[in-house]
Amino acid sequence: MADVTASTNGNGIPATGLVEGPRGAKPKRTFSRGNIFLYGTLIVVAVYYALPLWVMVVTSLKGMPEIRMGNIFAPPVEITFQPWVKAWAEACTGINCDGLSRGFWNSVRILVPSVVLSIAVASVNGYALSNWKFKGSEVFFTILMLGAFIPYQVMIYPIVILLREMGLYGTLWGLVLVHTIFGMPILTLLFRNYFTSIPMDLFKAARVDGAGFWGIYFRVMVPMALPIFVVAMILQVTGIWNDFLFGVIYTKPEIYPMTVQLNNIVNSVQGVKEYNVNMAATLLTGLVPLTIYFVSGKLFVRGIAAGAVKG
Amino acid sequence: MHSVSIRSLDLHFGAVKVLQNLDLDIFDGEFLVLLGSSGCGKSTLLNCIAGLLDVTDGQIFIKDKNVTWLEPNERGIGMVFQSYALYPQMTVEGNLSFGLRNARMPKAEIAKRVARAAEILQIEPLLKRKPAALSGGQRQRVAIGRALVRDVDVFLFDEPLSNLDAKLRADLRVEIKRLHQNLENTMIYVTHDQVEAMTLADRIAIMKGGQIMQLASPAEIYNRPGNKYVADFIGSPSMNFLEGMLDSGRFTTSGETLDTTAYPFSGSTAHGPATMGVRPEHVATGHEMQSLPIQADVSVELVEPMGSDTLVWTQFAGQTFRFRMDGQAEVAPGDTIRIGIDPAKASFFDQKTELRL
Repeated sequence: MADVTASTNGNGIPATGLVEGPRGAKPKRTFSRGNIFLYGTLIVVAVYYALPLWVMVVTSLKGMPEIRMGNIFAPPVEITFQPWVKAWAEACTGINCDGLSRGFWNSVRILVPSVVLSIAVASVNGYALSNWKFKGSEVFFTILMLGAFIPYQVMIYPIVILLREMGLYGTLWGLVLVHTIFGMPILTLLFRNYFTSIPMDLFKAARVDGAGFWGIYFRVMVPMALPIFVVAMILQVTGIWNDFLFGVIYTKPEIYPMTVQLNNIVNSVQGVKEYNVNMAATLLTGLVPLTIYFVSGKLFVRGIAAGAVKG
Repeated sequence: MHSVSIRSLDLHFGAVKVLQNLDLDIFDGEFLVLLGSSGCGKSTLLNCIAGLLDVTDGQIFIKDKNVTWLEPNERGIGMVFQSYALYPQMTVEGNLSFGLRNARMPKAEIAKRVARAAEILQIEPLLKRKPAALSGGQRQRVAIGRALVRDVDVFLFDEPLSNLDAKLRADLRVEIKRLHQNLENTMIYVTHDQVEAMTLADRIAIMKGGQIMQLASPAEIYNRPGNKYVADFIGSPSMNFLEGMLDSGRFTTSGETLDTTAYPFSGSTAHGPATMGVRPEHVATGHEMQSLPIQADVSVELVEPMGSDTLVWTQFAGQTFRFRMDGQAEVAPGDTIRIGIDPAKASFFDQKTELRL
């Protein structure tokens, strides 16, 4: 660093070296008005959103006598995990009293094939639509996209009939099929856009190298598309796990997913309304998407942004 | 013997006719450059030869075999792309061997060929690296290697040097030329850079609007451009054009009458409106101009010194005129310089057809 020298040549600019005055980067004040306003707003908003979660967590850790006292924001005086145990293994829906565990495993059994199948089909769709354009491929894609804008509710009854005719109504595979189909427009869009962003030259080079449709897909495209596979997986896992509507309509009580079972536990009144058990059950149900949110971090934001195209 | 022959090739994208009735014969072992500005159809033509685009009509022959309906890998071609197009998840070795593995070649043979290509291109130390860990020049070498290992008859280059910086471009240009001299394969090279075209080509095909404007050796194209478009396109700085009238050995332009008896007209009908083209480097100054039939005094308007030479902007016969002087010449705006033009080195074009007279 050059020393400050006093020798100036009359107009304030030193002949050599530096003079007193501003030099280098402009210093930033920590407590400027803008910063206080910005962080103040952020903190208020964060508290606003975190407060319900706080209430849920503390309520789920209290016993019923403590809840009746009414201090919903207060931390538990005596921490008990009994509500969690009850929610998981003992809460009753109708005649079954084995808690949410049954619904959890049902949801897993629905989730895994739905996610795998929808992503597998959609990625091949996207790859074909971006690289192997055929006559009418744009029309096909437009029709597929239109599917994303039609409200689900319109299609519920036709799908009931379709599934019944196929003999899949009320089965797990029927629901898997429904999830796969409804995930198709947005996932295809996601993969198509991603594969379109991969330089066309790479695809051409692979063709010159003698790779075919599947050779290029598995050996060139998929290894390059891992980020978008993760995004699609996050999107599908959270979407399918949180689904209530399709679960309640297209399945039978034995294979109700966790969300439907949660609703049944919360809504079935047998004497006292056990707020602590309800809170614990809700938190348990939300645990899978929540874990995904926390683990995937940045990728999840991309997933949300990609999903935002849906409008 | 012809290595690649193209007959009446048409390619339409919907209503847009990119290539129309195009014929082209490329000799065995020839280095052919397709040169043109963007959108002229040169890359499209290359993609048709490679089989990456389905042609609308016409036929393509490679090594006397009709390959019009064959897949790219069945045509005996290797292709090098502008963006290198290396598979990012594979090592250099994986990139080189990908095509051979697709052809289910025995492992020993693959290893032999990869080793040979790596030796020719001097990329042996890089074989275990991923493309991301290579510089632009190294990547392009690997891309060339990928064509090399497949032992193809025809190499196709799609603007391979456009993504490199100026110095590397010049180095790799020489390497490609050396490679061609050693391998003696047929090479078809697409570029918009006329320096690459002039330095590399045995023959240059200058394209415009999906048609070949002229197909000739670099010297022929430079000295005797077949039409005004080619004359304007080749040469930097580009040719001066003077509009005027030709009449029995005289060219009249804005009051100046120039003697053209030394010019070798191809036909006998050298009359009527014509354009005279003069390359800036063919304008003489100093004692060299004293023997030339056309001489004039011009006033310097602008000077562009470029080190090795100096470009002078002026007015001649009422039209903008550039000429090149030695880099050491001392000229300043306002100076008057006497210039000389040799009509034998000039070009005359019919104003209507724009063809060479």
